[in-house]
Amino acid sequence: MTAETKKLNIIQAINEAIAEAMEANPKVVVLGEDVADKEGGGVVGVTRGLSTRFGDDRVRSTPISEQAIVGAAIGAAINGYRPVAEIMLMNFTTVAMDMIVNHAAKLRFMSGGQTGVPIVIRMMTGAGIASAGQHSDFLEAWFAHTPGLKVVAPSTPEDAKGLMLSAIADPDPVIFIECSRAYGTTAPVPVDLKPIPLGKAKVVREGSDVTIVSYSEIVVRALAAAAELEKEGVSAEVIDLRTINPWDRETVFASVRKTGRLVVAHEAVKEFGVGAEIAATVQEELFSALKAAIKRVGAPFTSVPFSRPLEEAFIVQPGQIADAARATLKTN
Amino acid sequence: MSTTEQTSGINAAVPDKETQLEIYRRMALIKQNDEASRKVIRSGRLMMPYYSQRGQEVIPSAISVNLNADDQICTIYRGIHDMLAKGVPLKDLWAEIAGRVTGTCKGKGGPMHITHPASGAILTTGIVGSSMPIANGLAWSFKLDGSRRVAIANFGDGASNIGAFHESLNLASVWKLPVVFVCQNNRYAEHTKYEVGTSVDQVSKRAIGYGMPGVTVDGNDPFAMYAAAHEAINRARDGEGPTLIEAMTFRFFGHVFGDDDAYMDAGEKAAWVEKDPVPAFRAKLIETGVASEEQLSALEADIAAQIEGAIEYALGSDFPPVEELTRDVYAEAGAA
Repeated sequence: MTAETKKLNIIQAINEAIAEAMEANPKVVVLGEDVADKEGGGVVGVTRGLSTRFGDDRVRSTPISEQAIVGAAIGAAINGYRPVAEIMLMNFTTVAMDMIVNHAAKLRFMSGGQTGVPIVIRMMTGAGIASAGQHSDFLEAWFAHTPGLKVVAPSTPEDAKGLMLSAIADPDPVIFIECSRAYGTTAPVPVDLKPIPLGKAKVVREGSDVTIVSYSEIVVRALAAAAELEKEGVSAEVIDLRTINPWDRETVFASVRKTGRLVVAHEAVKEFGVGAEIAATVQEELFSALKAAIKRVGAPFTSVPFSRPLEEAFIVQPGQIADAARATLKTN
Repeated sequence: MSTTEQTSGINAAVPDKETQLEIYRRMALIKQNDEASRKVIRSGRLMMPYYSQRGQEVIPSAISVNLNADDQICTIYRGIHDMLAKGVPLKDLWAEIAGRVTGTCKGKGGPMHITHPASGAILTTGIVGSSMPIANGLAWSFKLDGSRRVAIANFGDGASNIGAFHESLNLASVWKLPVVFVCQNNRYAEHTKYEVGTSVDQVSKRAIGYGMPGVTVDGNDPFAMYAAAHEAINRARDGEGPTLIEAMTFRFFGHVFGDDDAYMDAGEKAAWVEKDPVPAFRAKLIETGVASEEQLSALEADIAAQIEGAIEYALGSDFPPVEELTRDVYAEAGAA
């Protein structure tokens, strides 16, 4: 039996998720720079059509004021609304960090559970679109390091839609990271797709020799690395984390118990990154299952450059992931 | 839109006798609670960061009598006066500042972070300027609800120099939010005198740049403060948008309890203490026949007993169990 599907790219998938949530719950509201249709429905069109369909009160374009955007979302959320706030680019969260880290993340705890902040803060990011150092960073580790926040980074249209539905329904603040390189990725999405729970990874390719854990668009590169390795007779299992915090230890642990080898690959710089957290946890919990040292793959410790050859050299390539996997197989 | 020093003008709302007495009750509560707080710290019964509100009693007392129970306020770490005036119960407050599980926030926020939604006391932030963006969000929710509720954002003169002030006033004006921005200008941003750090002689002048009314009032005059709050709150309720009120006042102590306030001009301070608004309003109430000396003494004695009872309750309460350390980081499983 095959469920009815329709082809969507990630922009359309997120748009559908927000529209369905708004349809189901009048408390879901959208705010951010240019999000209403008069302003183009978002800089890449993620919120296109929503203000026309649901009205200008529920879909509000804002001034370029990131603190005010997140603050308004927090206040409305405390009073029962479910704001989906767009911060156009992940780097722009830096000017709203007080609202995100000191307030959205902490108000539930600091009030002893009285004021929860169910907001979604959406943002795009990613190198490879010639936007250089202030429009391209993956800063997920900052947010994953902050108690109170959840962090989500899908790689496919289906996951983008299903995870957005869960993010909006979640009682806590969710940082929702969209990779701009992946926006155009098209795939069939079940028409009656149910929310995909946060905190659940997906084994996107089964294998037995080495586990590759990744998220966001780097999953595509991990799959390409696995295809390359297959030619050499190496069977790589690829896990799309989908949610970075809380991350799905069970799925990762089960895979590492099977393969004994682990590579973690992400777009952010390797140093002090999510890969370090996963590697450290796996060696603490599963040391005896490991047949080789865990390898991390990430960007070099530098800023995202503009010049194309430099930018290409910055982004993690499938070959680097394959090399890391090969290194785990050589050890011992 | 005026930015002139306002006194009770011809059209100004005047609090009736009952309201005057209620304003005084709230002022006395704040003053006595502040004195008790400093005494408790001095005696070593409690250890906490404490930002005295002594001298600023009139502002929240005269504002809050214009508010309904379901109106909401945000304030900052020097904000216990705002919280008491809005109705946060003394026992819950004291238990919180004592770090007890019976506190407003189960002891997890402390004196700089009082939250008591049942009283409309939504946020006390420890970050200068951060009351304003969140008050906007509360106000936005009222507007979305189609209700006539109002949000108040309290902050100090120092906060008018931080980015959040400017972003918030602009957004509130563009969205015509039912919010009142209350700048409690106590003349010092931490240790820095107002004029050393602020580009205009009156914070209220900044309202012009955001297309909203801005008014400077004597924040130590209950009648002037009442009138300004009455007008701004009604304006917000009627859907006419935000107002910036600059309430002129003075804090009688240093920035934080125990700091050396040598940076404060001794003469200036003495002059303000001389004009202490609490005994001044007390005398006026007696003089104008609103209340008798006996009546006010009884009211003060009652407050003193309540405060003493709250302190005993707090100190007799349990500390939070260690499980509270990791509870409320996220919603309990299954919550929505």
